[in-house]
Amino acid sequence: MTTNDTDLALAAAGGDRSAFSALLERHYDRLFAFGYRVTGSRDAAEDLTQDICAALPAKLAGYRGDAAFSTWLYRVVMNAAHDRRRRAQTHAKAAEGWGAWEINRRATSDEESARLDWLRQAMATLPDDLRDTLALITDGELTQGQAAEVLGISEGTVAWRMSEIKKRLRALLEQETRA
Amino acid sequence: MTDELDRLQDVLKAETPKPDATRKAENLRLAADNFDRLQGSTGDMRPNDRPATVSRLWNGVGRMINGAKTKGGLAATTALAAVAMVWVAQDQGMLSPKLPGTVVQTDATAPAKTTTESRADGSQSTDLVREESVIVAEPMMMEPATEIEESFSMADQAVSGPTGANNAPSIVARDRAMILPAPEPRTMPESDTEAFANAEQNPLKVTAEDPVATFSADVDTASWSIVRSSLMRGTLPPPDAIRVEEMINYFPYSYPAPDGTHPFQPTVTVTGTPWNEGTNLVHIGVQGELPAVAERPPLNLVFLIDTSGSMQDPTKLPLLKQSFRLMLSELRPEDAVSIVTYAGSAGQVLEPTPASERATILAALDRLEAGGSTAGQAGLQQAYATAEAMTEEGEVTRVILATDGDFNVGLSDPEALKDFIADKRDSGTYLSVLGFGRGNLDDATMQALAQNGNGQAAYIDTLSEARKVLVDQLTGALFPIANDVKLQVEFNPATVAEYRLIGYETRALAREDFNNDRVDAGDIGAGHTVTAIFEVTPVGSPAILSDPLRYQTALQTTDSDELGFLKLRYKAPGASESTLIETPIVPATVTPDTDVAFSTAIAGFGQLLRGSDFLGDWTYADAIALANSARGEDAFGYRAEAVTLMRLAETLSQ
Repeated sequence: MTTNDTDLALAAAGGDRSAFSALLERHYDRLFAFGYRVTGSRDAAEDLTQDICAALPAKLAGYRGDAAFSTWLYRVVMNAAHDRRRRAQTHAKAAEGWGAWEINRRATSDEESARLDWLRQAMATLPDDLRDTLALITDGELTQGQAAEVLGISEGTVAWRMSEIKKRLRALLEQETRA
Repeated sequence: MTDELDRLQDVLKAETPKPDATRKAENLRLAADNFDRLQGSTGDMRPNDRPATVSRLWNGVGRMINGAKTKGGLAATTALAAVAMVWVAQDQGMLSPKLPGTVVQTDATAPAKTTTESRADGSQSTDLVREESVIVAEPMMMEPATEIEESFSMADQAVSGPTGANNAPSIVARDRAMILPAPEPRTMPESDTEAFANAEQNPLKVTAEDPVATFSADVDTASWSIVRSSLMRGTLPPPDAIRVEEMINYFPYSYPAPDGTHPFQPTVTVTGTPWNEGTNLVHIGVQGELPAVAERPPLNLVFLIDTSGSMQDPTKLPLLKQSFRLMLSELRPEDAVSIVTYAGSAGQVLEPTPASERATILAALDRLEAGGSTAGQAGLQQAYATAEAMTEEGEVTRVILATDGDFNVGLSDPEALKDFIADKRDSGTYLSVLGFGRGNLDDATMQALAQNGNGQAAYIDTLSEARKVLVDQLTGALFPIANDVKLQVEFNPATVAEYRLIGYETRALAREDFNNDRVDAGDIGAGHTVTAIFEVTPVGSPAILSDPLRYQTALQTTDSDELGFLKLRYKAPGASESTLIETPIVPATVTPDTDVAFSTAIAGFGQLLRGSDFLGDWTYADAIALANSARGEDAFGYRAEAVTLMRLAETLSQ
């Protein structure tokens, strides 16, 4: 029987180190995966996760259990990602991530690389807000309602964004068939 | 059609890589350390937790001390460690070591003040202290939940000694003292990611067998600053960090100025050796000319600034910003500045901007923040590209790299990087390296880069050091008057039985390299001095250490009474052919002037710190007495500071 996240988080907020470690250990891989899905770059995901790890103790001290822990955590993560994106823009960043799929193309088997190309192309067509929403939903941890809460938008908007993603994927498919 | 979305999600899941195990461990540790740090300062809220919390903190310090191998871990713990080390220094400065476990009530403001250099004037240290409070809060500026304000203010208290102390003096002071169970001064740790460039001490040479010493000029000063920073935090510097010639060269001397056609002039003085009655010192002082500063060509400076996560320590990026602000005031309207940063990726944060647009430059500087890992090579390439674009005919262009010495990402081959820098050097863009902070300072890399880039390597530990390097000596650092300066001394076996060169271990050249203009060597900037000291044992002296050889035929000697012959080669800036200066070393032993005596005292001090075998029973006390007698004018107070540090070393060595 494992303690649920919210209880662990409250204990950690109260200064319990082992609770904090257990909590972060439990979520680390998911944080990283989310970081990758939002940024499309392994390095950026590692850096984002590092930022979160550095800041989480201070944030957690303010966690009062008002929201479910996963919702609260994703809000922290989402903000970290936005912040990193803002900074990246001011840095005239070297091309990386989803937007640079041609550069990052890896030499793998044909079928695999075709699949990867498609993924990168699809992700590259999505603007940041749609990509964020997709990453949140893909994680499987949050309902549409919770995702809406994390993003600070209405549930209807989340649904609209998902259908928008489908629309763009369809467009991509048609483009491919025509080509 | 929903299939497309499902497919995207499936592929996305399948393609998401696993997190890197090393980074994961680092990040988890970083989080745990930050967690501990928060608990440390707010421990009073949970009295029951206290014993456990304190031991955790100590574990945290211990872990940093013993296993600080990763950058992430270091970034998280340096603030804590800095407090720890400074506290010891404070204690050491005044008292003998306390018994382990003694809880000492220290002045809560003292640690932070010393970290930012107590000699800096009041306003400056306040600035730095304010910067320091950013450490915990810095990693992200995110505002997810409403509770954040509260947690940040808590974090501020945790780190900023003085401000926190004003609100709750007892808490901060008590916790700080308890974190630190008064370790032995000698066991203060050097984190093991520091790498220093050095070689074995120069051995004693027998003149009859090996009469020629060849070495390159060295005007770097980094070693002295490292010595100072170690001593100021209460630990003797690691012997490998001692490069005696750099310690000597740190101080300004006024050797006779050049009056002839050459841009500099060597002055040779022969004196008695303070630590050995049977030997003499041959002191070679080279004074570079100081061209009229008013006529200097416009400068293009590209600052290449490391903004990786490890730079967030208050002695790194915040000090760097302060330093560059100082330097900006030295620039002229026609000069131009550009800033390139490198962390996870490289980027230009300031387009080439005329130095007259101060506000723009300062704003760009203020926006810098630390985060991510270090991609040094991409940064260098971008900096050089910027530099080349800025250069116009007749202008001087410099890339100034500011780093804590980490080039851990994107650099697969250090040799290739050196070649790259050397290549750019030949096209006229030189590279200077400024080192900041301790913990993972990669002195060896810094030296290698600067030497290949024809620039200077300096280590900046305090604001006053920044002033010395970037303001007082800016001209010399940026305007070379001679390139590839090599020295060669041939000793006369008829008068000198044995000799050894003090320092210059990392600058040794092969004998044949002296005349080979393709071999790179050190450069001298406007107004620079270079000092080289030999200890020589005259023929017939009771201090000769080597026995004569039984099977060697008697040596053909001349009847010259010269001790030796000094040859010096240099290239005028931009020239490819070298010019030769020659002068005999005559045996007239004189009473040293203050410059010679002081540099001798520093040479002795450096050898004491290195643990040299050649000093007999000469001690720190002797070095202090000699330095004190030779303070001279000391307009900047550097020599007085040196004596203070010698005293500190004397105490620490006991």
